[in-house]
Amino acid sequence: MFPMLAIMVTVTGYPLLSTIRLSFTDASLVGNAPMSWVGLENYIYAFTDPDFRDAFFRSLYFAFVSVGVEVILGVLVALLLNQEFFGRPFVRALVVLPWALPTIVNAMMWRLIFNPEFGSWNALLTQLHLIDAYRSWLGDPATVMNMVILADVWKNYPLVTLIVLAALQIIPPELYQAAAIDGAGAWRQFWKITFPEILGPLSVALMLRMIDAFKVFDIIYVMTRGGPADATKTVSFYVYQESFSYLRAGSGAAYAVLVGLVCGILIGLYLMILRRQEHS
Amino acid sequence: MNRFVKLAFGVGLALTLGVLAPRPASADVLLNALFMKQAAYSEDDIRNMTTAFEQANPGIKVNLEFVAYEALHDKIVAAQGAGGSGYDVVLYDVIWPAEFAKHGFLMDVTSRVPDSETAQVFDGAWSTVTYDGKRWGMPWILDTKYLFYNKDMLKRAGIAAPPKTWDELTAQAKILKDKGIVQYPIVWSWAQAEALICDYATLVAAYKGAFFDAGGKPVFDQDGALKAMQYMNDSLRDGLTNPNSREYLEEDVRRVFSNGDAAFALNWTYMYNMANDPKESKVAGQVELEPAPGVAGLTTASAVNGSMALGIPSNSQHADEAWKYISYITSQPVHNKYAQLSLPIWKSSYDDPTVAKGQESLIAAAKTSIALMFPRPSTVSYQELSAILQKRIQQVLLGQATAEDAMHQAVEDASRLR
Repeated sequence: MFPMLAIMVTVTGYPLLSTIRLSFTDASLVGNAPMSWVGLENYIYAFTDPDFRDAFFRSLYFAFVSVGVEVILGVLVALLLNQEFFGRPFVRALVVLPWALPTIVNAMMWRLIFNPEFGSWNALLTQLHLIDAYRSWLGDPATVMNMVILADVWKNYPLVTLIVLAALQIIPPELYQAAAIDGAGAWRQFWKITFPEILGPLSVALMLRMIDAFKVFDIIYVMTRGGPADATKTVSFYVYQESFSYLRAGSGAAYAVLVGLVCGILIGLYLMILRRQEHS
Repeated sequence: MNRFVKLAFGVGLALTLGVLAPRPASADVLLNALFMKQAAYSEDDIRNMTTAFEQANPGIKVNLEFVAYEALHDKIVAAQGAGGSGYDVVLYDVIWPAEFAKHGFLMDVTSRVPDSETAQVFDGAWSTVTYDGKRWGMPWILDTKYLFYNKDMLKRAGIAAPPKTWDELTAQAKILKDKGIVQYPIVWSWAQAEALICDYATLVAAYKGAFFDAGGKPVFDQDGALKAMQYMNDSLRDGLTNPNSREYLEEDVRRVFSNGDAAFALNWTYMYNMANDPKESKVAGQVELEPAPGVAGLTTASAVNGSMALGIPSNSQHADEAWKYISYITSQPVHNKYAQLSLPIWKSSYDDPTVAKGQESLIAAAKTSIALMFPRPSTVSYQELSAILQKRIQQVLLGQATAEDAMHQAVEDASRLR
């Protein structure tokens, strides 16, 4: 127990405390400038910074929409893959593929798909007569965030599918047979049998994805670098920029602590869900 | 048998690891060098230069790393925090010396540069490495943005000569559009990135505007700087500029232009030979260039200083070897040999017929443009200033704000800089 605890304190506790300490200073990321205590100045600056507030709401939007779609899509695909059909093992393996891709590769791929001149997204929509001409998807602030979300959903919904599929497989088929005899349709079977059974695992998947999505950085960095006109600049991108582009480690740490607090709340909810499941 | 297999496997593994491990003999010095992989010298050029250097200097090996321009600054900064195992040679942009010098990132190499070279290299190139009266490296890429045009398209539109002023560019673009020769005649790199500021600065120079007044107060919302912004916006509203420019970087501009989807483009030196290369371009042989236009009554041409330099990070353990490498790849013979994608920093190279061969118009344009190169502000918080301008300029280009409002806001933001 003790060695484990020691490792935890070293690799998690120390950096965390050091970040919190840093957030009360005007430290520079590197270089020879002396560092001094500035109290709450960095936090006051963060709260009065309209750009940070915008970035915060952008992260929330990203988290809610992408996780929302991932959950719905993930459950639907899991239900499909739980049915018997020819080639099911192959399709099950295929579904995992997007999730196994590195985010950077995924982001580069979607950049090409959304390309305004030769992107296949434009080709698809034009051939379906949904749009008249090729257009810029990542250069338009009205669409760009949803396009990044689409790329994120494609990559991450398989996690939800995998977790839900595992839960589906342990539901005894007799339950469905009995329900069918009692005259319950597919819709009723889903809400009365399936949904309660998968709710636990699903809420775990939902919280894990939420925590991850709120911190979104890499896919943004590769696809849009926060543009156009800051339309995809999320809080994590903000932290990155403050620390590494502007070298203000102190203020960057303050922003990071604020992001950490939000994740802390989400983690608290996650633990509550876990505890409730243990009880039931 | 079993033991034999194990033995063979072990020997094979040892051999493979021995062969694969990229470590020089113990006496060798290994330099870690950081370059970018877009515009100017190609990766192949840099590898060839480096191989030649290694052959001439036994005992020094150079490990090359290439990153996108957008990652270069942060990579240099992050490596500083890594202690002694960082880079020995880094490529850096003309806009960073103030910040780097303030934080002590680079070694002062003033005493290493021979006095005789001061007069032999262009002042615009020296300004890339000079801050606070000291030299923080050696200029390597002497670059500015030129106006590229498609000869064939202009001929078909009945246009006799390329534009000399930005208003003429507008007029010619309109003719090309009206005659249906090309849907969007002009393409730029207006993504939310430094490339946008380079295009903007070129126009600011043409309109004789400024980023800051003599007292150091930001003046983006006045005179020439505001007119530059309005020009960009008008050209977009009139349908003369490709609207996708708002998500393009330099390589996108090159692709669109090389594909025959634009008649005019603003881009760096490297596009000239690439867009005229049949392997890279559908419009090879049709590509010409001029210095970026001027404004009637104010300027005859315009240019932005987009030069880059090589420096030695202050935590390098091999400064002498690093300087040897820098001296070699910035030397006149090397510059003259690789003058197709990036032009020499050396003045006399421009009168050397072997350098000019096959790219006479590039050399002619360079002679005008290099003398005019307009600097972006030399300030410690340049990165942040640039981010402010990128955001506000894009708001105008995306129709979210008027030029006056957005640039006024940029001035307010800039005065909030800490």
